[in-house]
Amino acid sequence: MTGLATTPQASASAQIGQKTSKGLRAKRAIGLVAAIIVLVLVVLASLAIGTRDMPLSEVLDAFFNPSGSDDQLVVLELRLPRTLLGILVGMGLGLAGGLIQALTRNPLADPGLLGVNAGASFAVTIGIGFFGVTSINGYIWFAFVGALLATTGVYIIGSSGRNRSVDPIRLTLAGVAVAAVLAGLTKGILLTNERAFDAFRSWDVGAIAGRGFDTITAVAPFIIIGIVLALFLSHSLNAVALGDDLAASLGTSVNRTRVFSILAVTLLAGGATAAAGPIGFIGLMIPHIARWIVGPDQRWILSYSVILSPILLLVSDVLGRIVMKPGELQVGVVTAFVGAPVLIALVRRKKASGL
Amino acid sequence: MKSTNTSAPSAELVPGKGSVAGEKIDFGRPMVRVFGHRIDVRVVATAGIVMLLALACGFAGLLLGKFSLTPIEVFHGLFGQAEKRIVNTVVGEWRAPRVLAGIVLGAGLGVSGAVFQSLTRNPLGSPDIIGFSTGAYTGGIVTIIFFGTSFVSTAFGAIVGGILTAALVYVLTWKGGVQGFRLIIVGIALTAMLNAFNTWLIMRADLDLAMAAATWGAGSLNGMGWSTILPAAIGTILLGLGCGLFARDLGTLELGDDTAKALGARNEPVRAVLILVAVALVAVVTAAAGPIAFVALAAPQIGRRIAKAQGTSMLSAAAVGALLLVAADLIAQHALGDIQLPVGVVTVCIGGIYLIWLLIQEARKAQ
Repeated sequence: MTGLATTPQASASAQIGQKTSKGLRAKRAIGLVAAIIVLVLVVLASLAIGTRDMPLSEVLDAFFNPSGSDDQLVVLELRLPRTLLGILVGMGLGLAGGLIQALTRNPLADPGLLGVNAGASFAVTIGIGFFGVTSINGYIWFAFVGALLATTGVYIIGSSGRNRSVDPIRLTLAGVAVAAVLAGLTKGILLTNERAFDAFRSWDVGAIAGRGFDTITAVAPFIIIGIVLALFLSHSLNAVALGDDLAASLGTSVNRTRVFSILAVTLLAGGATAAAGPIGFIGLMIPHIARWIVGPDQRWILSYSVILSPILLLVSDVLGRIVMKPGELQVGVVTAFVGAPVLIALVRRKKASGL
Repeated sequence: MKSTNTSAPSAELVPGKGSVAGEKIDFGRPMVRVFGHRIDVRVVATAGIVMLLALACGFAGLLLGKFSLTPIEVFHGLFGQAEKRIVNTVVGEWRAPRVLAGIVLGAGLGVSGAVFQSLTRNPLGSPDIIGFSTGAYTGGIVTIIFFGTSFVSTAFGAIVGGILTAALVYVLTWKGGVQGFRLIIVGIALTAMLNAFNTWLIMRADLDLAMAAATWGAGSLNGMGWSTILPAAIGTILLGLGCGLFARDLGTLELGDDTAKALGARNEPVRAVLILVAVALVAVVTAAAGPIAFVALAAPQIGRRIAKAQGTSMLSAAAVGALLLVAADLIAQHALGDIQLPVGVVTVCIGGIYLIWLLIQEARKAQ
């Protein structure tokens, strides 16, 4: 987070359409590099800090000079997958948030709005309740299919309007509606099935601990495809931000942009939620911070989001290991407690950064 | 959506005429004057019909159950005049308080939702979003986990949690005034924080306690007795009428802060009082039945569409809220045979399905 405080000068209000000056672009690029350096530091911290703190040299030895000691095994087999998953999940959630905010032109939108969390939760509940799935790796596919179906459903309902165009407000409402129904059904199943309730509550809290490399390899392809897709879309999203008509007259196919954005959101947020359970706030908060630093250009917002989100997720995860030592606070809890004050501070600033 | 085309013009499109004619302003819809107040006929009529439907559902609630009764027996039982003692107990002691709870608490939720949606000028601005319901849930869970499942302590914890959260949201929103947009975002932020905390509490708690907390947290009328519902009903009705007193000011505030000021409204005092009363209203309902989702969110919107009114009408919202809750409770009790669901589970589903249907319907019309 320290990297953020050093680059507020980059927040100069470059409006879309104005020619971005070369100096500004250089500043943004430098900011991005600074953020990447911070990310590397955070990754090292995530490998070193825990119930058993170790010096950085020990962490590096684990990679370059393996001796097979207990400490090195902890780093390689517990903390490394956890950290890698944190990076993936963070990128997935943050980018999905940026996309959905740009798409709905709604600064409050987050991936949960498209029914991702509700769909994943519902499917996991069914998996536990009716198919007797008990392992994290078993949940993944249920969660992913649930997220996919819910998002598709939301999109179909939201786009059932005139000439198949998608109205952001309808999409938001459809998301709220579908999420409500799914949440109700989930609760109904859980409250009548004590065993399912018991298993579900530990997934529901959102955590990246205790997942192995197989979880990572299962969700990584989806999230990576999502990232690529999102970065390709950023240019068209700039046009969409100006309004549907203007975007169309600029030669952007609004509907194609929407369909692909939703697809990307599903891959990103669905993959992240499948692996880690519902983690709130990263998708909501990171695009705001990015917009605050770089202004309204989606290409920069999304690029910054890719780097800033894993920073936030990993910092939260490390914090969760520190505050409750020797126990742990799940990352989903920490992101909410870190994120909420930031969001409140953002909205209390003089000019809330609109879209 | 059609109503905007049919009812907006006249008064404004014919300059001068409207103001001179006084009594005969054409609102584009039938109005009746009672004691100097204009009353919209369609709003009152639809609210009346919806309320009758709610009463019908309530009557069904008295009839149905393991111990099936005839309508005549129910009437006798209601007044404690039935020949068989057991009928008096079943109707008077078990089913009647529950039905009353459904109607009164539902209406209370509807009114509070209408007030919040008007104040925030946002159809999503319900007490759920302002953070109250989640705060109440937190208070409830904390008391259940640390002080056991007694009703009084849970209700107390819920009220304290809810009011603290709402106050915190208001304070954090305050910046020389309360702006609707800011109120909602701060509410969402605190809600998310509390949600995470709640999930964490539930995850760590003993399974039985966690289950009890989750069941209460879904919102339920199961086992509602007179000792709970009587004070809650009286409180709800008084607070609901209190909100009703401000209906006009609320309508003025809906026009926007600047316009309202220009019309002579004192924005901040009115808003503060209204928030206080509406929060107290949700607090009473939550204390009695737990945080019931979606009624406060959906009732004003449904009422508005049925009445085809321009603004949010508290009367319509109250009637629809009552119908929603009482009907949902019928389903919660009888849909799954012997398994009784918490009513909150059903309200969430009904509300969501309604919203989906509405979206599809409007899309069809547009085509």
